[in-house]
Amino acid sequence: MILDLDKFIAKERFYWDELAALLGRQDAQPDRRESLDEAKRFYYLYQRTSSDLVKLKTFAGEAETTRFLERLVARSYSRLHEDGGEKVPFRPWRWLTRTFPSTFRRHWIAFALSIGTFCVGAGFGATALKLNYDSKADFIPPQFSHLNEKPSKRVEREEKKDFDAFQGRHEFSAQLMTHNTKVTILTMVTGFLWGVFTLILLFYNGTLIGVVIYDYIADGQGVFLSAWLLPHGSFELPAIFMGGQAGLVIARTMFGWGTNLRLRQRFARIRGDLLTLVGGAGLLLIWAGIVESFLSQYHDPQFYPWKIAFGAVQLIGLILYLSLCGRRGAREKTFSH
Amino acid sequence: MLGTTTTLKVQTPEGVTFEIPLASPFSRCLALAIDVAVVFAITILLSQVIGILSIAASGIPVLGRVFGDFGSGAAIVLQFVVATGYGMATEWLWSGRTVGKRMMKLRVIDERGLSLGLKQVIIRNLFRLLDMMPSTFYLIGGISCLVTARCQRLGDIAAGTLVIREAEVTPPALAGIIGTDRNSFATAPHLEARLRQRTTPEEARIVLDAVTRRNELDPESRLELFSRLAEYFRGIAEFPEEITIGLSDEQYVRNVVETLFRRASV
Repeated sequence: MILDLDKFIAKERFYWDELAALLGRQDAQPDRRESLDEAKRFYYLYQRTSSDLVKLKTFAGEAETTRFLERLVARSYSRLHEDGGEKVPFRPWRWLTRTFPSTFRRHWIAFALSIGTFCVGAGFGATALKLNYDSKADFIPPQFSHLNEKPSKRVEREEKKDFDAFQGRHEFSAQLMTHNTKVTILTMVTGFLWGVFTLILLFYNGTLIGVVIYDYIADGQGVFLSAWLLPHGSFELPAIFMGGQAGLVIARTMFGWGTNLRLRQRFARIRGDLLTLVGGAGLLLIWAGIVESFLSQYHDPQFYPWKIAFGAVQLIGLILYLSLCGRRGAREKTFSH
Repeated sequence: MLGTTTTLKVQTPEGVTFEIPLASPFSRCLALAIDVAVVFAITILLSQVIGILSIAASGIPVLGRVFGDFGSGAAIVLQFVVATGYGMATEWLWSGRTVGKRMMKLRVIDERGLSLGLKQVIIRNLFRLLDMMPSTFYLIGGISCLVTARCQRLGDIAAGTLVIREAEVTPPALAGIIGTDRNSFATAPHLEARLRQRTTPEEARIVLDAVTRRNELDPESRLELFSRLAEYFRGIAEFPEEITIGLSDEQYVRNVVETLFRRASV
C-alpha cells in the first residue's frame, strides 16, 4: 500500500501547522497558563499528528515529512509528559524546618565520613607540623600566605589595628561567600568521580586547618584562635562538611551499592536530597561570610569571650537544629503511611 | 563508544516511536562560547552600573563610604550569581535553552524525551564546575561528551538530561514532483498500474527520498544513483520506447515517483 502523499499532506498540513504554532507560542510565553479548551485542543493535535506519523512511516516513509512530524511529535510529547514528582510547590519555611534537617539526618553516615576525613586531615597537618615546624610553608597555599607569619606576631599586630567596618569589609565578605560556596559545590560535584576527589578535598582542607590550629595553640594563641575562627567557623566548616556529605552521597550512587537500579534511576532518587544539602550549605555560608567579615576580623581582646560565646551558641544551635528539627513531621509521615 | 548514538529514540505510551537528533560536541562548544560571551557582557555591564552608582554616592559623607565598599562586594557576588545562575535561569525560563543554545538551535531535554524539571536544571548547572575543569578548559566535560554514547557531559549524566538539535524542518514541497503534466508514463495507464502494483512501500520510500534530496548529492553520485534506480525500475515495469525516448535516468525516476504517489492505491 502506498499513501497518496500529496493529498495526505494537503489534508493534514493544517493540523500540523496549528500544532507548530501552539508550540511556538508556548516557547515564546513559557509562563502562560493554558485554558482547559486549549489544553484539550493541544492534546488532540498531538494525537492526530502522532497518528499521521505512524501512517506516514508505515505507508509512505517519505523522509522529509517524517522528520518534520517527528520533531513536532517530540516537542509535543515533551510538553505533555513531564517528569513526575516535582509538582509540590516550594515552601521555604517547611523546607527550613523539615526538609533540610531531615534530609541531613537521612545521610548522617556520609556526614560522619565527611567530618571524619576532615579530622584525619587535621590530625595529619598538626602532627606533620609538630614533627617538622619548618614544613609549615609547604602546607600553606599562596592565597593564605599571611598565615606563614608567626601567630604571636600576627596577634600583636591585629590587636593594635583599628577596625573599620567599611574598609573593604563588604568586598572581603563577598569574596569569602563566593569562594566557600565554590569549594562546597566542588566538594559535592567531585563525588561523581567515585568520591575520591571529595575525600581528597576534605583531607586537604583538614590538613590546612590542622596546621593553623597547631601553630596557634603551640604559640599560646588558643584564645585568639577560638575568637577568630569560632564565630564563622561554626557555620562555615559544617557547610563544607555538608558539601562533602552530598559528594559522598553521589559517590555511593555511582557505586550503586545495595540496589540494582540503573545509574539514571539512582541519580533521579538523590537529586532532591543533593539540592537540599547544597542549598542548606549555601545558606550557612552566606551567614558565615557576613560574620567572618564583620565580627571574626574584629580583634579586640576584651571581646574575645563574647566572640567565643557567640560561636559556641551558633554551633550548639546548629547541632540542635540539625538533630531535632522536623522529627515530628517525619514521625507523622511514617504513621500516616 | 565515542558518541556512537546520534539520535534519541523515544517510544510514547501511545505506541508512537520517534527519533530526536542529538547535538554534536562541536555545536555545543559554539553554544557554550556564545554563552560565555553573554555572561561576560552581563558581568561587565553590571560592574559598570555598580561603579557609576558608587561614584554617584561618593559625594555623600557616610553613605559614600558605605556604598563604595558595598559596591565592590556586590560586584563580586553578582559576578558569581550571574556565572552560576545564568544557565539555570535561562534553561528554566526558556525550556532548556540559553542564548547560545537558541542561536545554535539546541535544547536541553530530559533523557527520556520529557521536559526539564527544575532540579535537573540546577544539578546540570552545578556540575558545570566539575565539567569545566581543569580551570575553565572544559576538559572533563569535553572528554565525557566524546566518550559517552549520547554525548553527555557529567552534569547531563547526573541530571539525566541530553542536548538535542532543534533545526526546524518543513515538509517538502511535492508540488514540483507530483501532479505535473510532464509525466509521459501517464499515456500508458496499464503500465503505471503494474508499476504501482509491483513496487513495495520501501522501494517507494527510497525512490521518493532520492528525488526530494537530489540537490544534496554531488553530480557524480547523483548520476550514478539515478542510473541505478532507473535500471531497477525498468526491470519492474518496462515502458515502451516511444514513451521513454529522450528521458534522462533522473527524469525517468521522477516519472516513477509521480506515478507512484499521484493517486492513492490504498
